[in-house]
Order: sequence, then structure tokens, then C-alpha cells
Amino acid sequence: MPVINVANACATGSTAFREAWMSVASGAYDVAMAIGSEQMGKMGLLGADGASREYSTEGVMGTGLMPGVFGQAGVEHMRKYGTTQEQFAKVAVKNHKHSVNNPYAQYRIETPLEDVLNARPIAWPNTLYMCCPTGDGAAAAVLMSAEKAKQFTQNPVWVAASVLTSDPYTPRNPTMFDINTLTRNASTEAYQKAGIGPEDLDMVELHDCFATAELLHYENLQLCGEGEAGHMIDEGATYVGGKIPVNASGGLLSKGHPLGATGVANIVEIVWHLRGEAGARQVEGAKTGLAHVIGLGSACTIHVLKK
Amino acid sequence: MTQEAATAAEKKPNPIVPFMKLPEKYPDEPAYLWGVVCNNCGAKYLGHRTACGNCGSTGPFEETRFGDEGEIYSFAVVHQTVPGLEAPYVAAIVDLDDGVSVRANVYGLDISKPGPEWFGKRVKMFTEKVRVDREGNDIIAAKFKVTDGK
Ligand SMILES: [Zn+2]
Repeated sequence: MPVINVANACATGSTAFREAWMSVASGAYDVAMAIGSEQMGKMGLLGADGASREYSTEGVMGTGLMPGVFGQAGVEHMRKYGTTQEQFAKVAVKNHKHSVNNPYAQYRIETPLEDVLNARPIAWPNTLYMCCPTGDGAAAAVLMSAEKAKQFTQNPVWVAASVLTSDPYTPRNPTMFDINTLTRNASTEAYQKAGIGPEDLDMVELHDCFATAELLHYENLQLCGEGEAGHMIDEGATYVGGKIPVNASGGLLSKGHPLGATGVANIVEIVWHLRGEAGARQVEGAKTGLAHVIGLGSACTIHVLKK
Repeated sequence: MTQEAATAAEKKPNPIVPFMKLPEKYPDEPAYLWGVVCNNCGAKYLGHRTACGNCGSTGPFEETRFGDEGEIYSFAVVHQTVPGLEAPYVAAIVDLDDGVSVRANVYGLDISKPGPEWFGKRVKMFTEKVRVDREGNDIIAAKFKVTDGK
């Protein structure tokens, strides 16, 4: 029984899931399991950096630290569409509110808007509550062929699309990482493969490593039009009970972001909702969900799951 | 490198990034950023390039010296950073007038009031010794200050 180790930055777990899916979809295997796990206390995938610090450009020629990198991405959205820090902060308010109902979340504390805005700044516009916490975690998913699945269940969850993209050329990348283009390409391909549109989704678990990122992905995943993400969070459309619930789990902002586990965990979350097993945070009647992960460098995975 | 480290006389300032050059007479002659232009499609890059990410051309690439002025495209104000660094700092993406972007610390802004008024601020490059490497050579970084057109 072969075992493969996968490393693909923040998209590690979801890339492992996709490898498992491909090995079953190709007919090579009947059953495969994707396991994602990470101990961030040991710095996880980031721990390998033994390079000289003398010539590090951090803090003398800009930043490569993630809160700042995703801060810059959010600030670019401010520039284009007039989005405000308050609108980004509302993402943290929503996700932390959702987390109260998730026993698997690292933090299950509501953070009102005022608290988010007044929290310690990490990299403006991201404050402490707008950054995912560091934590360990694990998740696993079992995939099998339709034929094999019949032995176990009458109601399987189907993988309607599995997509992995990398960066095409865009002018400022990688001086300024482009977190948008590869997600846009991935979502277009995923909707096409699943034969659905964004309006057919009942829920989304997306990569909210920072609050700024979540708003950008509303547009990248085509949940709203260009420049409408700020308005979408103002309306509360992405709360559980809203038009399209996003991060009903509380997101990475509440669950933490153990890199290897993250991509499997958000697929597991969707599966629980499609099975009606998500407890107090259940998105009622969920039949179709989308799980999105992005790793800089870059890799973006999108999985569309259907009941 | 060990030979270079042999005597103090042989010590020389080094750029912190490979896409910055220090002339023989630095600091009397200013340091500058350089890169390449793809002859096929015109895409510009900081430093060397073996293939063009835009069009796939493997060259030839034309080496070019970039000017020292530009404007702020985007930014973040970093408060939490690695131990030993002074914070907060403005970590910007500066679009140089010559058509490439560079990560940069920008000075001369009211750091307590980040906001949309920072977009498009005119900036000019200056260089500064930021550290000394283990061989005793000065490490020189490129930084930017707001000029507001002055
Ligand atoms: Zn080219």
C-alpha cells in the first residue's frame, strides 16, 4: 500500500486530497485516504529555513511576513474600490461569531467590531483578531470509487470538481504576491467542471488566513461582482443564514491554520454540513459546497462537493 | 570569500539584494537597482532572468539600470515583526517610473495615520548601511523617502 508525502505550502492538505482523488478517479485504486496534519509549534513547513539572516530584507526592504503581505493585498483592494479597514474587520466579527458553535475551533470567542478594530495592530490593516492563530491540527478524508462506496452508504458525498492552479504571469508578482489571479482561474475551472455556477452553492469554506484575504476571495470565487465584496460583508450576506454562508466553521481565523491540516479540514467541514452532521453551526439543507485554499508561491485548490 | 575576509582593506560594502549594484566609487557614486527587459515582449524584471514568465522567451534579455523614483502602489504598516527589528515600519510596494515594482520601506509618512492618501505618493530611493555581515562587510539596503514631487 503506497504512501506519499505532500508539501505544497498552505495548500498541502488539499493537494494531498486531490492526489487521492486522482488516484481513485483514474481507476488505479478503489480507496484512498488523505491525511493532513501539522505541529506549528515546530514551525511546520516553515521550519526548514536555515538561510543566513544577515542578508534578510525583512523590515529594511519591505516585508515578506504574511500579515503584511496579505495586508498589502487588502490595501490594493482599498485602492481599487474604496474598501475600508472596518469592512475587513467585519470578516473577523463574522467568523469569530460562527466559531462559537464549532467545538473544533481553537478560539470560540465573539469579537465585536470595536474589539477587532482596537486590538493590537499586527500589520495594518490587519489587527490581532484579523490574523489566524498558530496551532496544531489534523484532519483526514477517505475517498472511494462510486462502486466501492455502495458497500458503505446509500448517500455518498461526491467530488464534483477538483482543481489545482498556479500563478500565471502578472506584472508585480512575486514582488507583490498575487493571491487573486490563480483563485479566479481555479474557480472558473471548478464551476465549469462541476457544471454549476456560484449561485448554486449553499456554502463556502475559503482561505481566510487574514481577514483581508476573505473579502478578496468573495470576488475571486465570483460570489459577488467586481468591487462588491465590501458591500457583501456590510449586508451580512456571508453569515450562516445569509445568502451564501462563508466559513461557517469560524474559518482559519478561529480554527487556526496548521498548514498541512487546513486543506483537508475545510473539505471535512463541507462534508459534515452536506451530511447534516454539523451540529449547532449546520447550514440547513446544504447540498453543494466549495472548499478553497491558497498557498503562496503559489498553489490554489478548489473542491466542489455535492450530496 | 575567505581571502576577501583576510584583511580589513579588502572589505567592501555589499548590496543586500542581487538586483542592486554598488559602483566602485560607492558611496560617492550612488547605488542603483537593475534588472532585465525581455526583448520579445518587453516584460521587466528585477535582477537576472533565465526565461520570461510572460512570454516564455529564453532571451536574450537586455540588462537595464532602473531610475530611483516612483510611487507607492500598496502598503502595510508592520507592527509585529521578527526579533531585533525596529517596528512599526511602512512596508510598501513601490512602482518605479521605469516599469518594475520593488518591496520597500518608505519613510516620511505619519505612521499613525495610514490610509488612502498614501496611494500614489511620490518616493525617491536612498541607500543605507543596515548590518555588517560575518566577514565584516557593510550590508547596504535600498530604502525610499516621500518627496511629494520636491
Ligand atoms: Zn517576454
